[in-house]
Amino acid sequence: MIDLSSGLGWLTWDFLIDAMSWVLIFSGSFFLFIGSLGMLRLQDFWSRLHAASIIDSAGVGLLLFGMMLQGGFTLATLKLAFIVIFLFITGPTASHAVANAAFVSGSRPMDLVEDVTTKRKRKKKVGKK
Amino acid sequence: MRALVLFVILGLLWLGLSGLYYKPLIVGFGVFSCVLCVWIMSRLGLLSGEGPIKDFRPVAALRYLFWLTVEIGKADWAVTRAILSPELPRRQRLISVPCLQSTDLGRTLFANSITITPGTVTVETEGGEFIVHALTDEAADMDNLLAMGAKAASIEEAR
Repeated sequence: MIDLSSGLGWLTWDFLIDAMSWVLIFSGSFFLFIGSLGMLRLQDFWSRLHAASIIDSAGVGLLLFGMMLQGGFTLATLKLAFIVIFLFITGPTASHAVANAAFVSGSRPMDLVEDVTTKRKRKKKVGKK
Repeated sequence: MRALVLFVILGLLWLGLSGLYYKPLIVGFGVFSCVLCVWIMSRLGLLSGEGPIKDFRPVAALRYLFWLTVEIGKADWAVTRAILSPELPRRQRLISVPCLQSTDLGRTLFANSITITPGTVTVETEGGEFIVHALTDEAADMDNLLAMGAKAASIEEAR
């Protein structure tokens, strides 16, 4: 670590790391809030999926990076890195599973302006729209 | 050989998660669970045949990761604006995106990248194309999706 504590007064290296991590944690919380707001506000299943996607990527990502800065070079940071890696693989997979289940069971988004599935899938559509 | 590599990787993962290397009993449990995992994977037939590692280009993957992070950030902001705007997004789309990757790894990467980017979700993966649900007009930008597909294809070895 570079020692900036002498000569710069309150502007120390620790202070900078702390400030950065707080900025990251607060912006992560902001995106968690936006995602939850979107879950309540948007009109159907399909658009709510995207609100959840914000929480998955920006919310959790920024929060965990902020926590990593708090952790420093420790085992806790390594575990947080594992969490980020695994979450970024499993999160989209789970989203896809949910979306695919809805699609196969015949659910379609409201207010579609373009739908490639109406032409080919009309004959074998299962379930009710 | 692959069993050995897998065992070493699992062992390192266990060491990173537990951090205990001085208690023989705990280390024994760790070794046991790694051996169990390798045995289960060999029983599932996942150790033979071609794996994803063969087609993998690490430098291209790192470059792709940076690019994808920036894209996710941009898309996050776009969907945040859509959520906060007074009128809700009322122009949803189900579009078809051609998938030009040659390996399973590339296709998986592309589909997951589309899904993790807010505003687009891969709904169905059949017959050389993905059906993608897009929330807004800018999320449905086909050029952007095709660029992502080309970049995802760049991390797999050309056949």
